[in-house]
Amino acid sequence: MAKKTPEINSSSTADIAFLLLCYFLMTTTMGQDSGLQRRLPPMPDENAKVEDQKVNRRNIIVVKINSQDRLMAANEPMDVTLLKDKVKEFLTNVNNDPNMSEKTMKDIEGFGQWPVSKGVISLQNDRGTSYQAYIAVQNELVKAINELRDDFALSQFGKKYSQLDEDKQKIAREAVPQNISEAEPKDTKK
Amino acid sequence: MSKFGNDNKKAMPALTTSSLSDIVFMLLFFFMVTTSMRETENKVLVKLPEATEIAKLDRKDLTSYINIGPPVKHLQAQYGTDARIQLNDSFKTTDEIRDFIAAERDALSEADRQFMTVAIKADENVRMGIITDVKQELRRCSALKIMYAARKSAE
Repeated sequence: MAKKTPEINSSSTADIAFLLLCYFLMTTTMGQDSGLQRRLPPMPDENAKVEDQKVNRRNIIVVKINSQDRLMAANEPMDVTLLKDKVKEFLTNVNNDPNMSEKTMKDIEGFGQWPVSKGVISLQNDRGTSYQAYIAVQNELVKAINELRDDFALSQFGKKYSQLDEDKQKIAREAVPQNISEAEPKDTKK
Repeated sequence: MSKFGNDNKKAMPALTTSSLSDIVFMLLFFFMVTTSMRETENKVLVKLPEATEIAKLDRKDLTSYINIGPPVKHLQAQYGTDARIQLNDSFKTTDEIRDFIAAERDALSEADRQFMTVAIKADENVRMGIITDVKQELRRCSALKIMYAARKSAE
């Protein structure tokens, strides 16, 4: 008869596993990074001649932040909380006001004709602006565009933008483009 | 007769601890899968600004971080409290961003390079001047995909 092997005491494996667990808890990070994603415009070629940007004046809304974190949009001082509505009003231009952005009929693939706004938001800041104010303004601008996309998605597809599938999201992105231009750094003091 | 009964009550059956290690191992695997190694030690204090319209970063391995903020407490005696740029593990100037981006880009595979994102983690009290400089430098190295790191505000 074979000898019975004595049972191995396994109570310490838990301790070893705990040690390993503690090691991983200490050395790793879990937090997912999140933030506002943006594309920078490519650097203009130094040799190339500076061409006049052929953007009609009425199509630009200028948002300026000075070194005291005060905000100015479309030549009037404004509070950050009102900026979103101002931008939405400017981009949609329901009454076809000649001072606000124009719209052009654009053929969107897989959808058809849609009047797409030509409005561009130009964001200018001072070197003394605080990052907090800058992000708050950026956030409001993104929010305005997200809400416009939601409106578009709700009226055309009956769903919110985030619930659409990829193709329809692409259509919504083309119908409501995110044109935020971060101007070349310059003094906004004057 | 009663002797048997007493004996049975007193003898506690030994708890089997063999499953305990399995449970802990499962916890361990959970943490190993969901977390990623901390690569750098923060040398600047960063309190991210709040925002509501944030998007999650999808590929953490394609992201390079630029930390901007005042140095941490024990380094303030040496470096002052003025905002500084931290790349990898040390303080750098804006001119050195070019090398940093080039090195980060080389580390990625050919197909992934176009998706490289630069996350700017800046303290909320930093002035825009330093960030504008960083942005200009990034444009010069054509690292155009950027993200302003922010945390979700509790509305």
